[in-house]
Amino acid sequence: MAKVAMTVNGRKVSKECEDRTLLVHFIRDNLSLTGTHIGCDTSQCGACVVHMDGKAVKSCSILAAQAAGSEILTIEGLAANGELHPVQAAFKAHHGLQCGFCTPGMVMTAIDMINRHGAELDEKTVRDNLEGNICRCTGYHNIVKAILAAAQEMGAAGRQAAE
Amino acid sequence: MGVEGIGARVARKEDKRFLMGQGRYTDDMSVPGMRYAAFVRSPHAHAKIKSIDTSAAEDMPGVVAVLNGKQMLDDGIGNLICGWMIHSKDGSPMKMGAWRPIAHETVRYVGDAVAVVVADTLGEARDAAEAVVVDYDVLPAVTSAVKALEAGQPQLHPEAPGNLIYDWQIGDADATDAAIAAAAHVTEMTIVNNRLAPNPMEPRAALGIYDSAEDHYTCYTTSQNPHVARLVMSAFYNVAPENKLRVIAPDVGGGFGSKIFIYPEEIVCLWASKRSGVPVKWTSDRTEAFLTDAHGRDHVSTVKMAFDANNRITALKVDTIANFGAYMSLFSSSVPTYLYATLLSGQYNIPAIHANVRAVYTNTATVDAYRGAGRPEATYLVERTVETAARELGVSPAELRRSNFIRSFPHQTPVIMNYDAGDYEASLEAAMKAADWNGFPARKAEAANRGMKRGIGMSCYIEACGIAPSAAVGSLGAGVGLWESAEVRVNAVGTIEVLTGSHSHGQGHETTFAQLVAERFGVPIDSVSIVHGDTDKVQMGMGTYGSRSGAVGMSAIVKALDKVEAKAKKIAAHLMEADESDIVIENGALKVAGTDKTVPWFQMALAAYTAHNLPAGMEPGLKEGAFYDPANFTFPAGCYIAEVEVDPETGKTKIIQFVAADDFGNIINPMIVEGQVHGGIAQGIGQAMLEGVHYDPETGQLLTASYMDYTMPRADDLPSFNVSHQNTPCPNNPLGIKGCGEAGAIGSPPALINAITDAIGNNDLSMPATPQKVWAAARAAAN
Ligand code: FES
Ligand code: FES
Repeated sequence: MAKVAMTVNGRKVSKECEDRTLLVHFIRDNLSLTGTHIGCDTSQCGACVVHMDGKAVKSCSILAAQAAGSEILTIEGLAANGELHPVQAAFKAHHGLQCGFCTPGMVMTAIDMINRHGAELDEKTVRDNLEGNICRCTGYHNIVKAILAAAQEMGAAGRQAAE
Repeated sequence: MGVEGIGARVARKEDKRFLMGQGRYTDDMSVPGMRYAAFVRSPHAHAKIKSIDTSAAEDMPGVVAVLNGKQMLDDGIGNLICGWMIHSKDGSPMKMGAWRPIAHETVRYVGDAVAVVVADTLGEARDAAEAVVVDYDVLPAVTSAVKALEAGQPQLHPEAPGNLIYDWQIGDADATDAAIAAAAHVTEMTIVNNRLAPNPMEPRAALGIYDSAEDHYTCYTTSQNPHVARLVMSAFYNVAPENKLRVIAPDVGGGFGSKIFIYPEEIVCLWASKRSGVPVKWTSDRTEAFLTDAHGRDHVSTVKMAFDANNRITALKVDTIANFGAYMSLFSSSVPTYLYATLLSGQYNIPAIHANVRAVYTNTATVDAYRGAGRPEATYLVERTVETAARELGVSPAELRRSNFIRSFPHQTPVIMNYDAGDYEASLEAAMKAADWNGFPARKAEAANRGMKRGIGMSCYIEACGIAPSAAVGSLGAGVGLWESAEVRVNAVGTIEVLTGSHSHGQGHETTFAQLVAERFGVPIDSVSIVHGDTDKVQMGMGTYGSRSGAVGMSAIVKALDKVEAKAKKIAAHLMEADESDIVIENGALKVAGTDKTVPWFQMALAAYTAHNLPAGMEPGLKEGAFYDPANFTFPAGCYIAEVEVDPETGKTKIIQFVAADDFGNIINPMIVEGQVHGGIAQGIGQAMLEGVHYDPETGQLLTASYMDYTMPRADDLPSFNVSHQNTPCPNNPLGIKGCGEAGAIGSPPALINAITDAIGNNDLSMPATPQKVWAAARAAAN
């Protein structure tokens, strides 16, 4: 057992956990943030994606202890005062989710992708970058649409802010 | 159509909670004192259990209990059952072997449960499960259904000699044989429908909570039909009487059929909770899901399709061997019989059809309904055969289909189904136009200049949804009715709750069903809540599968809405001193037609509950229920076209375009319907090109037990889809709805394989058409 401390969604947290605890279990079981999901045991589905120090990571592929001291952002930390983040809003507008199980990981991956590529994102890049996230419901069609729309919107907003 | 009514592309009400990480799935549930279960599973495909030593496991840290199958038997927990009786052609009932939730004598597939550990943490439960020592006497195993029928093969169940569960037939064998003998041309094929793992992204899970003070059980579970789960667990597995068992299927992360069935694990969690005195939660990991979720398909068929001199189909003869795995799953028996063979007429006028189906035990996971359930197998068989016939006859595949289409309705096929309505030509035309079919030769030539092989293929599918009516399916062997229930509760302030026996696990019922109410009463969808998935809230229901929620579930809501409307109009007429027949409902108000007299919806509702001024003799309140039993199946149909480009150097196939033209009848929310089609097509493309469950034929080890080995369709494997709808309303339900959940998975595999075989000029190609297989087939054709 060890005490692991980190910042999650802007709040400092510190919890006792078994040494072998994966970050995803720490988030789900120790912090009760169940929006981050587990869809596989080989780090291939992306249901568990969170941001660690600003970058997308599969939280099932690292130990909680490795994340000690870092800044973690989970799906629960995105919406401000109940107002959806532009990527969340785009998923809703474009029907980018059905059962919702892959959705948190998809949204976190999408934000990371848009952060890296901005409004330059095109369909092929989105599809390539989604390679690590599996959705069984949507056939990806509307997820791709939602991400492209969000990239346009965020890119435009980013440009406005820069001007 | 209002902005939120029928036909509107309303964004989903349920999305916000999923997008904010506030969905509540079974594994998210946690209750005080809850412990974790881990199963000890057989590493052998077939073995006798000699002994189970749990002593070391019991001493491990955090362990609460280690339980076995003998204890379960002693506690009177029953066998798992198959709920659809099929009789063989000799009249004998299907031969069902015993399926214990935890095996105590014999294990029959890799993953069969032999013990369960309950411990404080999941890690401790898994550690202790590894410390359980099971001594096995390993037996030979068989994984192929064709082989399992041969003499001298391992025998799975004493009840089923020769591993044969049933030998069933449908149609007229003599007429079919005679037509084949007289035919101008006969196309013959052997067709394998590959075995698939359903893979909803949420793995199965169950939380069993036993309350000793009340002698009451609560089960949270990943189910598509919690009421059926409660019924079966009460009536057959002796877990608890229905009034002492509450089953809740909260948010469920996809099902695709695999979460219809009642599996051992939820029974074990309930039983273990009572045995060990703590709430017990089990969550499947992905490998366990591959091992133990019911798989889909796995048919081997031979087919003969006969044509006269005018290229009219005169007969179809099919012989199918269906792999059922080690045990008969809940609806397994119905899949290759009434869900498959009854659709073998496809969209075509075929005077004589005969199908023989043998269901077979093997040392593999169970096989049951997976998205489409029987209909993809039928469609693949018919559409591959028609396409092959067109090639053999040297006619255009579109023309051959067109000239054999059923054109007058209702149409009675030789295999039970009575098609009520359809316009197959319309979908064919729409798809060919959308795909620019006529421009294909130019595109093929252009690709050839680059050394690429282009191919185009189509598939004209039919499916049957909303399986019913109950009396008819009962006479065919169904153990349950296939109606649906609904209750509409208007609150005193006019807001509305709709309780439904349908279950949403991605289909968007919270939105679509609310649209129905919004359309009827002119109230905003935000004032309508859909309640489902809890046996304490909704009295009874049959759940969601077979694309039945629209055609059956919503029809039940319509019936209940009719009753609410009638009473609301009576109240309003009384309040306005008008005649009931003059009352109209518009924009959330009840009006006297042709006057300016009006009562707002909420005021009428309040009047129903204050009961100060109701018509004489009327009961207070405004709440109505209905059960709806459909008169017939619905018959969605459509045409899919795939265009592909194969790189002959690598065998890699790229999907250039995928066109779907579907006739689902009337549509409530086109956005949601398109989403269903997209997802179905992706699964169909998965079956055609990527997915396949493989067992080692000698040892019965599952070789595809993770996402490293089982190829799921990913975003970069797929194109965007070109989806359109034709709308021939279904005449048999009040909304004219047909159902859209499975079409994509049904129609797409043959379109893909027809396209790839067209590209490479070799018709001998099986699913999944992996680059290696395509490369080999292309080379064989070239040499
Ligand atoms: S759970 Fe992390 S990638 Fe699947
Ligand atoms: S929405 Fe269900 S897995 Fe993606």
